[in-house]
Amino acid sequence: MNSGLMSTPHVLLGLLATGDKHGYELKRAHDERLPQARPLAFGQVYATLNRLQRDGLVTVTGQERDGGPERTTYALTGEGRAALDRWLNDVEPPYPYVASTLLAKVAVALLVADLDRVRACLAAQRQAHTARLRELTLLKHAPSATLDDVVAADFAIAHLDADLTWLGTTLSRVADWHREVRHEPAPGP
Amino acid sequence: MSQLQARDLVRSYGRTPALRGVTLDVDEGEIVAVTGPSGCGKSTLLHCLAGILRPDAGEVIWRGERLDTRSEAARSRLRRTEFGVLFQFGQLVAELTAAENVALPLLLAGTGRRAAREAALTWLERFGVAELADVRPGEMSGGQQQRCATARSLVTEPRVLFADEPTGALDTLTGEQVLTTMVRLARERRTSVVLVTHEPRIAAYADREVTIRDGAVEHSGFDLSALSTGGDR
Repeated sequence: MNSGLMSTPHVLLGLLATGDKHGYELKRAHDERLPQARPLAFGQVYATLNRLQRDGLVTVTGQERDGGPERTTYALTGEGRAALDRWLNDVEPPYPYVASTLLAKVAVALLVADLDRVRACLAAQRQAHTARLRELTLLKHAPSATLDDVVAADFAIAHLDADLTWLGTTLSRVADWHREVRHEPAPGP
Repeated sequence: MSQLQARDLVRSYGRTPALRGVTLDVDEGEIVAVTGPSGCGKSTLLHCLAGILRPDAGEVIWRGERLDTRSEAARSRLRRTEFGVLFQFGQLVAELTAAENVALPLLLAGTGRRAAREAALTWLERFGVAELADVRPGEMSGGQQQRCATARSLVTEPRVLFADEPTGALDTLTGEQVLTTMVRLARERRTSVVLVTHEPRIAAYADREVTIRDGAVEHSGFDLSALSTGGDR
């Protein structure tokens, strides 16, 4: 699935816009707001905060040690708020390139494999997509699902559905595509 | 237990083959999605299973007995009592109110007028459209009509519901609401559902998916291992 890369720095700026937080609170808020996203590693939180601080977008407002490890609290600066607003105002470019690992794999398979193997590759991918689609559909309708879960699942479901439609269409034309790539003549009527 | 079976079904329209030997089992309480591109034969399969169409060859077996060889009247009776049928465009009777539409299958099956209306009201309420009881289809939105039609397809508490693209004419959110209510009520009653759809996200609500291509079963099941060996034709 072609799910654009998440902009972690901007997400952290957005979370800090709701109030000052230390690293652990940021990670927790991130995972809450974006369920089903790849979990954010602590290392990444601190590395990102260091960069944001260096660029003047966040500032340290306190450091405390309650017997445990030292906790640094961060706050959004005016510049940080402006950067966040610019990001929110920018429209995400809709598919500037048609690029996905799935598409690339099928295109390469056409070059190096026979038709049956290309079909098997598409069919196996369709099975994996279908299994994930079912998993997300169950998750979304679980009694414990919050709207955060539902909306995140909706996003993935819509993309999986589109991919599955593409896989089905491609299975329907893969024989013609294979012939065209191999410069083979079309079969008689 | 497999309560509905299709064995090597063959059906053509004139010289155009629609089914070329389809075998399919539907267990009690099982929700089976039948998917495939337009014209693949999935609706013809549903019509044969529901006894609306007769196959040219092959057998449809309902709870151990042939269905396809029964008379039109006997198959029609089965559709009024044991089966529910739901189409993409609800096909409500325009002259009747929502409650009258939903009560209709019960009246045809011999239920008294008052009991039929009460059951109809209960089913309209289950689909969240109780307030439309005395409204005619012409005054309803597409989503409201389809909720009424789905209520009507379940009002006799059928053993099998045949649903042909039941959300195909609805927007995503409305379709999802109709579908989740339908699936929940079917599961609560152990009603089997044969759900024809071309949309993968709709098929994801089923227990099992059967894909039809060119009138034959291309693949059945959600088993991940099934196609890894190139079983796709």
